[in-house]
Amino acid sequence: MTPGSGPAFDAPWHARVFALAVAENEADRLSWPDWTARLATTLRDSGLSQSLDGGDDYFLAWLDTLESVLVEEGRIDRGEIELARAELAKTHAHAQHEPRNVLHDMRSD
Amino acid sequence: MESSENGRASAHGHLPPDPELRVKALEEVLVRKGLVDPAALDAIIDMYQNRVGPRNGARVVARAWSDPGFRRALLADASDAIAGMGYAGRQGEHVTAVENTRDTHNIVVCTLCSCYPWPLLGIPPGWYKSDEYRARAVREPRKVLAEFGVTLPKDKAVRVWDSTAEMRYIVIPERPPGSTGLDQEALAELVTRDSMIGTGLPMEPRR
Repeated sequence: MTPGSGPAFDAPWHARVFALAVAENEADRLSWPDWTARLATTLRDSGLSQSLDGGDDYFLAWLDTLESVLVEEGRIDRGEIELARAELAKTHAHAQHEPRNVLHDMRSD
Repeated sequence: MESSENGRASAHGHLPPDPELRVKALEEVLVRKGLVDPAALDAIIDMYQNRVGPRNGARVVARAWSDPGFRRALLADASDAIAGMGYAGRQGEHVTAVENTRDTHNIVVCTLCSCYPWPLLGIPPGWYKSDEYRARAVREPRKVLAEFGVTLPKDKAVRVWDSTAEMRYIVIPERPPGSTGLDQEALAELVTRDSMIGTGLPMEPRR
């Protein structure tokens, strides 16, 4: 295997949360130096209690940071995210009762 | 047999992992407020998944090996030189190229987070973002290099470059022996991602 030939993202949600921050930057609502400084603080804080392996934990830090930035700047509030999350969880639980849902979840690419 | 599990589809009835739901929820809220366009997210992901990656950096290195004028321009102002090849991006404007020589080996890290020249190398691998690499690359670079399979002569200096949001680095590895006469396309095939981070060496041409 050629080093560097693996997929760019290990999980679809890694790609999604990555793109959300990049989109904020491209819309000029988030400066990249500010972003990396904030992310560095989250990584430092979450690395105090455990050693981060650069996978899920890294993108979780990315997600935590992005939520905090958006909340602090007043663009969204925590309640809205919580509500949306609860609704998605409910929808997902319903969808699980549908037959053959596993086929829909599988991605061929 | 009652049933068989195919691929990696998750078990029936289980919720997706929490971060996945959180990301979806966040996206939904932002879309509802008109702050984010899902198509723009798709475009960003497509770009980093399919169009931007270490092949870009490899073409830059291959050109630097073949074209002395470009090499000089690259070492003088990498951002400008790579923009001339069409590799630019908002998160990678300021790039410095550091060249390995007979006396010096360069290795790149981001001790604070994960700054990386995206337009040239794509998304960094997991290990580049890990606490372990970020801490040890500076403290004991030779040991880290040995773990990557790179053993350097004792008299070769190792320089560690710590990336920031303002400055990212690409290593121009030494051109491998036996590569005389290869064109840029063939040379680019020898340039691995890790050789441009400094944790690897380029491949040698097959005879």
